[in-house]
Amino acid sequence: MAASPLPTLTAKDLASDQEIRWCPGCGDYSILAQMKKALTTVGVPREKMVFVSGIGCSSRFPYYMNTYGFHTIHGRAPTFATGLRLARPDLQVWVVTGDGDGLSIGGNHLIHALRRNVDIKVLLFNNEIYGLTKGQYSPTSRLGTKTKSSPQGSIDKPLRPLSVALAAEASFVARTIDIDVQHLTNTLQRAAAHKGSAFIEIYQNCKIFNDGVFEYTTDKSVKSDNVLYLEHGKPMIYGKDRNKGIRLNGLSLESVAIGNGVQIDDLLMHDEKADEPTLASLLSRMVCPDLPECVGVLRSVQRPTLEELQQKQMDDLIKARGPGDLEKLFKNDDLWVVE
Amino acid sequence: MSSTTTAPSPSASQELESVTIRFAGDSGDGMQLAGTQFTNASAIMGNDISTLPDFPAEIRAPAGTLAGVSGFQVHFSSSDIHTPGDVLNTLVAMNPAALKTNLKDLEPGGILIVNSDAFGTSELDKARYKSNPLEDGSLKGYRIIRVPINKLNREAVAECKLSPREADRCKNFFALGLVYWMYERPMEPTLKWIQEKFSKNPIVLEANTRTLKAGYNYGETCEVMPVHYKVPKAKIAPGVYRKITGNEAIVMGLVAASKLSGKDMVFSGYPITPASSVLEGLADMKRFGIKTLQAEDEIAAIGVAIGASFGGAIGVTGTSGPGICLKSEAIGLAVMTELPLVIIDVQRGGPSTGLPTKTEQADLLQAMYGRNGECPVAIIAPRSPGDCFNMVFEAVRIATEFMTPIFFLSDGYIANGAEPWSIPDISKLPQLKITHPTAPNGNGDVKGHENGAGELGKFLPYKRNELLVRPWAIPGTPGLEHRIGGIEKEDVTGNVNYEAGNHEHMVKTRAQKIANIATTIPDLEVEGSQSGDLLVVGWGGTYGSLTTAVTRMNRKGYKVGLAHLRYLNPMPKNTGEVLKRFKKVLVPELNAGQLLLLLRAKYLVDAVGLNKIQGKPFLVSEIEAKIEQMLAS
Repeated sequence: MAASPLPTLTAKDLASDQEIRWCPGCGDYSILAQMKKALTTVGVPREKMVFVSGIGCSSRFPYYMNTYGFHTIHGRAPTFATGLRLARPDLQVWVVTGDGDGLSIGGNHLIHALRRNVDIKVLLFNNEIYGLTKGQYSPTSRLGTKTKSSPQGSIDKPLRPLSVALAAEASFVARTIDIDVQHLTNTLQRAAAHKGSAFIEIYQNCKIFNDGVFEYTTDKSVKSDNVLYLEHGKPMIYGKDRNKGIRLNGLSLESVAIGNGVQIDDLLMHDEKADEPTLASLLSRMVCPDLPECVGVLRSVQRPTLEELQQKQMDDLIKARGPGDLEKLFKNDDLWVVE
Repeated sequence: MSSTTTAPSPSASQELESVTIRFAGDSGDGMQLAGTQFTNASAIMGNDISTLPDFPAEIRAPAGTLAGVSGFQVHFSSSDIHTPGDVLNTLVAMNPAALKTNLKDLEPGGILIVNSDAFGTSELDKARYKSNPLEDGSLKGYRIIRVPINKLNREAVAECKLSPREADRCKNFFALGLVYWMYERPMEPTLKWIQEKFSKNPIVLEANTRTLKAGYNYGETCEVMPVHYKVPKAKIAPGVYRKITGNEAIVMGLVAASKLSGKDMVFSGYPITPASSVLEGLADMKRFGIKTLQAEDEIAAIGVAIGASFGGAIGVTGTSGPGICLKSEAIGLAVMTELPLVIIDVQRGGPSTGLPTKTEQADLLQAMYGRNGECPVAIIAPRSPGDCFNMVFEAVRIATEFMTPIFFLSDGYIANGAEPWSIPDISKLPQLKITHPTAPNGNGDVKGHENGAGELGKFLPYKRNELLVRPWAIPGTPGLEHRIGGIEKEDVTGNVNYEAGNHEHMVKTRAQKIANIATTIPDLEVEGSQSGDLLVVGWGGTYGSLTTAVTRMNRKGYKVGLAHLRYLNPMPKNTGEVLKRFKKVLVPELNAGQLLLLLRAKYLVDAVGLNKIQGKPFLVSEIEAKIEQMLAS
């Protein structure tokens, strides 16, 4: 795509004339900024980009992009995006959703869009809270989270968004962090280049209702011990001194110190292209403080998209039997003539 | 059964104007198939036809029980008919349960063909008969023809070496053959169907062929039937005809609308009785470029359709009442974003799961009002199976011309019922011209709009035409980038806006846009008397019963008219004027009075309802009785 002689877009070209109404300090600002930056290089003209969203703070995103946009209803954005892609395989379609929108009310649609491999890029802004409705616990809130609707602490076991996406057979699954701007931009660009459904969980800070919930992944003093940056074909090493690694022990992952008999070769190598999502699923379940949390692309595989399969069935039928003929359709039954 | 000639001599042929026959048996007995084949044979003979399939919601209730009875009614005639018939002239009962549940519909003196082999003690027990009706004299008032169908069928297929169970499965064709002889129907269409259907299974092909012929020959040679009957061809408009059900007509209408408008179509649905066959039918239309998706739920189905419309395709979804409940929020979004969307509601008995396989027309008020906020949509309703073709075409026209969701209110009776359909001349179908803007529409008029909205070179997604319709600008068009969504729109620009005055203005504008549809629809026509004592007002699938009743009343000399609404929102412009031409107004509906409520509220007319809520269509006699009662008072 990058080879096409398109006029170069700047981030400014992608900014709409609408006033942005997120709270000061919201992680969404960074994501919006990196999105504009990322899209300047993907080689898709502005009019071919569409942002589709549901309901929630994150879902105001389309209003702030000078592209086509559709702010829909709670949790259902993947369905609108699916219809749009079916009708218009020429468009690049982004879905912006939050943890409440995408995993609670819209959990059903999310898994079905991913399993169908509709060519949409789903960005799940995860702040582990309902922001727009003013601070209730969400499907990703940790056990014990005290909110207005869980005054004694949340007793619902949280969902792991990446595990859900992998279980739904998503062909591209990644995680990134709102203020890790370089990584965020790169991840968005990789999603844009992926053919098929891409799912990206973005750790996003809610300044008002859940401030600092991901600080352990962003605070410079501790982050390198809490975050493992995945790289395809590289061993899983992390830690401030790059002296810790991840090893398979039976059917579980464990963190080990490198040295004292543990070689680099004993560590797991990251293979984002593995056919089976088994290892990716294990990576999606790594949670601090026992293990570092993975950031990067967990899975990137190719399989036919829903749109391609639908088009192929049409083409094959037309090739075998010719295009549809209305007259023949009308007469495709026993006929009789009244004089 | 009105006869035009009399004096039958043994095995003579007697001519009848019309006949209503019902095949009834266990839901595994193939009654729907027998009925469909009989319908085809009658249609090919040139009769007018109307059918009423009636089957249980359970796929297979225990064999022989009252809950498992499946029926298929066919009315065939040498005159123009509109209903599947009030009373049965002939009933074919394959077992005691079928007899028990269907006998009440058989006319006094009617012909009752019973499978006498199925009246053993256990079958009688399952049907909760205390004594054998074939022996206790309770069927005295009917012309009973006892046929040992099980035994005769097994003999007919004996050489095919089928298992007893497989052999018994053919018995519906024995019964069908017998009835073919009785009413002089040709066997060829069914023989051809058997050939095609069982081409890969020669043993079953042979067995069904043999038993169909055996049934026919049994009629000819056996003396239990003194007479057989002839129903001449109907005098209907010239043309090439086929049989069509409502859901088949919807499929063809949608395909035609897509093809003739040159627009892609995306249909998304979730399986639900009695709408599923629309999804199934369209799924097989890939050669016409129709894309379908079987969604994960009803909400997804409509989301997919709206997303497709946003992209510039014709988005269509189809369901039944419970599915509409789930789609409501998305319909509101389509109203707010003013996108075209066709919503097919094949109504069934409700509320909740209600009567999945039985007909009702009780979703009218849901379509009108069943959403949050002031949320007007267009509503139309076909009046017969064939009319589904015309009206679904009209639904696509209104949806795209007015940028609105539109309800197409069919019902289970129309969906499954069949009638002859005059195949339309494709060159004479209405043209659908759909255009999308390609350039900005700001004209430099910035008055009243902030953000320099009207400036030249701007695209204004909510700038309306003279009918208040906004432009359908589609993604991919350079320079027209814009954002839409469910939050209230600023007039003209479409930007998010929460101001009080703007909201009221937009609510009224959306309502007026829907009202403007009335300028593009035909006036309400009155059948029968054009003014006078009583006007019958109906809508949807009751048309057949109402027009038949009104025609009969006029023949009897009463001044009665029929105004049948196919456009429910907005209603035709002259509706109020039509209502005022009559002294009394009767509104028969298969609900508790929904159109009645709308008419009384809107036109302040003292209309009276006739309401039947039994999961069954109106009988003509029920309408006639009510009209007579009202005229007498």
